[in-house]
Amino acid sequence: MAFLKRSPWILHYDASSCNGCDIEVLACLTPLYDVERFGIINTGNPKHADILLITGGVNSQNRPVVRNLYEQMPEPKVVIAVGACAATGGIFRECYNIAGGIDKVIPVDVYVPGCAARPEQIIDGVVAALGILEEKRERMAGGARMKEEAGETT
Amino acid sequence: MNRIMGAVIFLILAPLLGGLIAGIDRKITARMQGRVGPPILQPFYDVGKLFEKEKVVVTTAQNFYILAYLIFIALSGALFFAGGDLLLIIFAFTLAHVFLVLGAYAAHSPYSHIGAERELIQVMAYEPVIILTAVGFYMVTGSFYVVDMATTTIPVILYLPGVFLGLAAILTLKLRKSPFDISTSHHAHQEIVKGVTTEFSGSTLGQIEIAHWYENIFLLGIVYLFFAWNPVIGIIAVAVTYAAEIFVDNVTARVRWQAALKSGWLAAALGIANLAILSYMVYGGA
Repeated sequence: MAFLKRSPWILHYDASSCNGCDIEVLACLTPLYDVERFGIINTGNPKHADILLITGGVNSQNRPVVRNLYEQMPEPKVVIAVGACAATGGIFRECYNIAGGIDKVIPVDVYVPGCAARPEQIIDGVVAALGILEEKRERMAGGARMKEEAGETT
Repeated sequence: MNRIMGAVIFLILAPLLGGLIAGIDRKITARMQGRVGPPILQPFYDVGKLFEKEKVVVTTAQNFYILAYLIFIALSGALFFAGGDLLLIIFAFTLAHVFLVLGAYAAHSPYSHIGAERELIQVMAYEPVIILTAVGFYMVTGSFYVVDMATTTIPVILYLPGVFLGLAAILTLKLRKSPFDISTSHHAHQEIVKGVTTEFSGSTLGQIEIAHWYENIFLLGIVYLFFAWNPVIGIIAVAVTYAAEIFVDNVTARVRWQAALKSGWLAAALGIANLAILSYMVYGGA
């Protein structure tokens, strides 16, 4: 059963973004875009989340926070990097304290371009992430089955 | 035989009905806020998803406590629909929440602990009214058994309007709705992270959700008892009460825990005043 695709809960984290992308992320929750139509909930708890939606280029202070949040999320999970900074570091990439993109710290599944990314693009990115999430779930279920079968034969 | 049937029907149908009510609730809430809202079956998708997720456990004790919470909530509801003793039902109901609090305390997380403390405050706030409800029903119908309350021909609501208003007030606490959703921060998705449910994920969180559905049906059952002399009026009253709760949820801001506690006890004072007047009328002040 594919309930996961119908109920993706999002954890939104600002990894030293300028707040531009964050405002656009929150715009998705407003009546105009209303992402709850797709069962999407903006949760504040990594242990309840399926999708880590993350903005900004990651500086040295929030590098461990990003990794911690990612590790606290139960599998299957996907990461969406929103905005130019989250993809490459953007205009901040030359700064001494900027890691230069989310994928320098944790694996990223979907990149949403833009400075700032538009709400429509963010929703598109989430929809793309749902496909990956479903793939990961199937792989996880398959892995568990294989482990079980291997356990039976030995 | 009828009694066992009542319990079995509750155990099977209550999660379905509870989930459906939760879905309708979310839809109406969205419409009140000018949004389209999720599909009606969204709560079932959510719980289905939670059972698909990886099981992340902080301490093994926490899952045991949550299972006990689910079992005792289901038990109190089953006893209620079997027509059992209302006092026993209330004790089982309270015990269930003690397990929820213990589960939250089992994990060493400050967010979980704040949630647990707030849940205890909620129990303190609503418990007097729940007990007064049982006492009020006894004074009017002469029995603590739900089966007698459900089959009475006395319009209980006319004798216990104060107790009913008190119950409606604490129903906001129990349904985890604003202005009193202090322990799980059901709507404020980031405050104190997620209260009592912070450290639970996957199927354990799903169990909490199912227990909440059982609980809602049980509470709506108590609301129905006030109007049990006429089933049609009873069902309309339950629907109106729930709609009013959704409305209050959407028009009020959340209060601090002190105000929640005071409101709970104010509701209890209303119930006590009601019972005092009732006893004066029945026993003539003797």
